[in-house]
Amino acid sequence: MSKDKLKDVSTDVTWKETTIGGTIPYAGNAHLYKTGDWRSMKPIWVVEKCTQCLLCYPVCPDTAILINKEGKRIDFDYDHCKGCGICVEVCPFDAIRFYEEGKEEV
Amino acid sequence: MSIRERMSGNEAVAIAMKQINPDVVAAFPITPSTEVPQYFSTYVADGVVDSEFVAVESEHSAMSACVGAQAAGGRAMTATSANGLALMWEILYIASASRLPIVMACVNRTLSGPINIHNDHSDSMGARDSGWIQLYSENNQEAYDNMLMAHRIGEHSDVLLPVMVCQDGFITSHAIENIELVEDDNVKAFIGEYKPEMNLLNKENPIAVGPLDHFTHCFEHKRQQAQAMVNAKKVISEVAEDFYKMSGRKYELFEEYNADGAEVAMIILNSTAGTAKYVVDKYKALGKKVAVIKIRVFRPFPVDEIADALTKYKAIAIMDKSEGFNAAGGPLFTEVTSAMYAKGVLLPKVINYIYGIGGRDVKSTDIEIVANKLLEILNTGEVDSVYNYLGVRE
Repeated sequence: MSKDKLKDVSTDVTWKETTIGGTIPYAGNAHLYKTGDWRSMKPIWVVEKCTQCLLCYPVCPDTAILINKEGKRIDFDYDHCKGCGICVEVCPFDAIRFYEEGKEEV
Repeated sequence: MSIRERMSGNEAVAIAMKQINPDVVAAFPITPSTEVPQYFSTYVADGVVDSEFVAVESEHSAMSACVGAQAAGGRAMTATSANGLALMWEILYIASASRLPIVMACVNRTLSGPINIHNDHSDSMGARDSGWIQLYSENNQEAYDNMLMAHRIGEHSDVLLPVMVCQDGFITSHAIENIELVEDDNVKAFIGEYKPEMNLLNKENPIAVGPLDHFTHCFEHKRQQAQAMVNAKKVISEVAEDFYKMSGRKYELFEEYNADGAEVAMIILNSTAGTAKYVVDKYKALGKKVAVIKIRVFRPFPVDEIADALTKYKAIAIMDKSEGFNAAGGPLFTEVTSAMYAKGVLLPKVINYIYGIGGRDVKSTDIEIVANKLLEILNTGEVDSVYNYLGVRE
């Protein structure tokens, strides 16, 4: 789904151009709604501690843990991660740290 | 040729529904509208309609079922009164905001409490800001005719709003009067097919109806909904014109009766207009001229047209069959006077009467009190009291 096609539900659409009654005429566009800025806590992936056990992947409510073609987890999708911290809880290897947003370690 | 019959207002509405043959009727019985779904369920049982009748467990469910059916691309109808309408409240707003042109027969009854089954307008007046178009009917004929016009109004692409057709509980819903029905084929041709562009059953183009609408979009959708109500006024007039061509019966946004030469007027909704017409006819024979203005379309409120019509009067009594509890006047009074002020019609004297509450009988002698008061104001130019009660025991 391209953003172009979703013009009539975009955040700058006028009342004359938006869809009637709020109906969304295109399925499968949730990824275009960036929820990352809701986050107050931020998970940080510690690559050297990660064993690729993938326990974190299925528990993420926002599918914000990305998997590459080889089936390995890569970094977080911070556009959609809401910072719930479930992945932090399930990680047995302390490979995901959790910091207050904007105060993560450098 | 039209069909001459005699029947109650409820049966007239049910006959209109039979002729409309909607996809879904979902209703829960409540006095005095019970007969509408009761008659309709017999049509379903007899196989004379194709409709799915959903015998729901409450009015909240009735309106919810209508929302679902209409969103799925069907025509959905219901009927209710008073507390039934109140129980629909939450879903009334969802129906209008989702722009689903559901049609409802509202048989006006006093909204509890105190509990009372008789007629006043407190039920539909409470729903006046719910985004539904509201048409009011003086008698069984008007209830039937308004019902036949409702789909054409609500489903128009410039409107897409639900429509409530109101009539007075018992007074017209249960009184048997003569009526002229339109032939089935003509009704079918008049209302036409309902083919919404987007609907939930169209698997070629899946849609989401009623999604969460944040501060980023909700305001735009409400503005759009407000425009639909603005647009509805023109559509109501166009549909009335087409209806006139078919039936020979003419309907306007409001009816001005006995206006010729009259300097005073009463503004009334529903059946009391009939009583008022009887009184002003009698007065006319005595050389006293009093006009009756019967509002047919309350939502959208015909602000420009009412203000324009009122410029020629010197005194106006606005009659409310419900309280607004603003300590200053009923809802119709507030609408009319705000229309007058906004359009700069400041010369007529205005008074308000709250009347007929809880089904208190409104006799011709009650209307005479109003007419006499108006003629007195015309004579003296003085208004001693704006906010008045008529027919209450003092």
